[in-house]
Amino acid sequence: MSEKRPFHPDENPAGIDLPLDLLPGHSSRGRLERVLRRGEFAVTTELNPPDSADPEDVYNRAKVFDGWVDAINAVDASGANCHMSSVGICALLTRMGYAPVMQIACRDKNRIAIQGDVLGGAAMGVANILCLTGDGVQAGDQPGAKPVFDLDSTSLLETIRIMRDNGKFLSGRKLTTSPQVFLGAAINPFAPPYDFRPIHLGKKIAAGAQFVQSQYCFDVPMLKTFMQKARDLGHTEKVFILVGVGPLASAKTAKWIRSNVPGIHIPDAVIKRLEGAQDQKKEGKQLCIDIINEVKEIPGVSGVHVMAYRQEEYVAEIVDESGVLKGRRPWKREARADDATVAARLEHLLKDDITETQVDMVKSAH
Amino acid sequence: MDRTQPVSTTAKGPASSAPEVLPPTASGGVTQATVVKKTAPKSDYKPADVSPQRRVQRSYSVRLWSIRHSRALEWFYARFADTFLLLHPLWKSIGYRRVEGPVKFIEKRVKGFMFDCRMCGQCVLSSTGMSCPMNCPKQLRNGPCGGVRANGNCEVEPDMPCVWVKAWEGSRNMVKGDAILNVQKPVDQSLRETSAWLRVTANAAAAREAEKAGTSA
Repeated sequence: MSEKRPFHPDENPAGIDLPLDLLPGHSSRGRLERVLRRGEFAVTTELNPPDSADPEDVYNRAKVFDGWVDAINAVDASGANCHMSSVGICALLTRMGYAPVMQIACRDKNRIAIQGDVLGGAAMGVANILCLTGDGVQAGDQPGAKPVFDLDSTSLLETIRIMRDNGKFLSGRKLTTSPQVFLGAAINPFAPPYDFRPIHLGKKIAAGAQFVQSQYCFDVPMLKTFMQKARDLGHTEKVFILVGVGPLASAKTAKWIRSNVPGIHIPDAVIKRLEGAQDQKKEGKQLCIDIINEVKEIPGVSGVHVMAYRQEEYVAEIVDESGVLKGRRPWKREARADDATVAARLEHLLKDDITETQVDMVKSAH
Repeated sequence: MDRTQPVSTTAKGPASSAPEVLPPTASGGVTQATVVKKTAPKSDYKPADVSPQRRVQRSYSVRLWSIRHSRALEWFYARFADTFLLLHPLWKSIGYRRVEGPVKFIEKRVKGFMFDCRMCGQCVLSSTGMSCPMNCPKQLRNGPCGGVRANGNCEVEPDMPCVWVKAWEGSRNMVKGDAILNVQKPVDQSLRETSAWLRVTANAAAAREAEKAGTSA
């Protein structure tokens, strides 16, 4: 061990893959909770789940976010399209020391499967769980699937909160170790019934939400109205609100999303701005940065959730150019010095065709 | 890696000689979901609604009427529940089990007509502005999902007003409309097709007796 990794407050000095200490008042050992509770502006993002059984696909997709985000959402078949499962992605990401947010959608699993996945996820080192209802099956590429919806997002939150705080399954059966997780939920201030949305957030907080990530925000005045109401109700003191943002690839994409993806509200002004631009992709990115800069000034906003579907390579640029980190450096995965040593010493195993028997080994030892 | 179509096999070889038919793979800006929809077998018969949930119902005009009159229905239901509770000795003497059949018959028809009731057996109409949450294609019992369309219609059923948009409107007319803020427990699926009226009555009677026992002791 020659070189030591530079000190990072959110890393176990004994090894990057080891769990952190549980700080007082925290419900998880995760980095995301630490960053938020320290009052820093958090940045999360979403990993585009591969249609593949190759772990390298997950690692490569996580690599582009390295050092720029505090947590990576592992989506659970978003849009009801089948991909690698969120549990599988989390298993791979936690192995590498990343901080994933495991999404659980109620569409595909009943309460028995979900509670099992929560335990499994927490055992692998997942510190954050995002409770979602999930898109309807009709939206995806297998519309003939059976929609489950055994729980809804709010009762799912409550179920996991009971598992964590009371150490029990829904049935009352005791857990020997309860899952230490930071609980999240989704909000969409941009869909009707608008005046119910802030109150609905209160319901999710009552059920156990500690942080929320919002749907894509393209209409900042609308978000401001929502946040005003949420502040008046006292929600912002109880929950960390991360606003969803993302770059639009072009005006055409924006129009397609507006008419085909329910729940995403894109005002005409945004589409006009994109249409008027020379380089629409660049303008989409700039628009995203402008929205982040506007959103971060709203009182009660604790971070941003950057969703750059199929433009993941821009996340780093967006975070950098918007300056939301204020010079802070989120945790970054780097090979440790001792890992490199082991790799260098054992590299010959890959190239040389040697079969050592135990007898040979004993002989060579003398 | 060459991509060959998967063929279903048994231990002895292909299960049948007919080739597996899968929709073609999407390419160039088209989603697989669109391809699947486009290549679905065409037929002259096109069902009107998307979700099976919706198909067992009639038009929703009566349902919407009930939500508009949520305050009156709330008043009526309170009286009705009291009457049922008064009759508790009668139900008990006949046996809840024996009255279940006829009561359920009436309950199913009346609530089915008024609210498009799905007989979940654990009625929360008074907490949801008299809009039955089981009519939501996702059967959400705690509030709307994020997919509500800008016109207030459902994401899954584009021509159906969102159950929860209506629930919010209905609850604003009610005296105890703030019951919409209560976090609802997950549905107990084992209580489907049972009478919520009888359950509520029996529970209320038990609570009343426990209270009596508590004050006398």
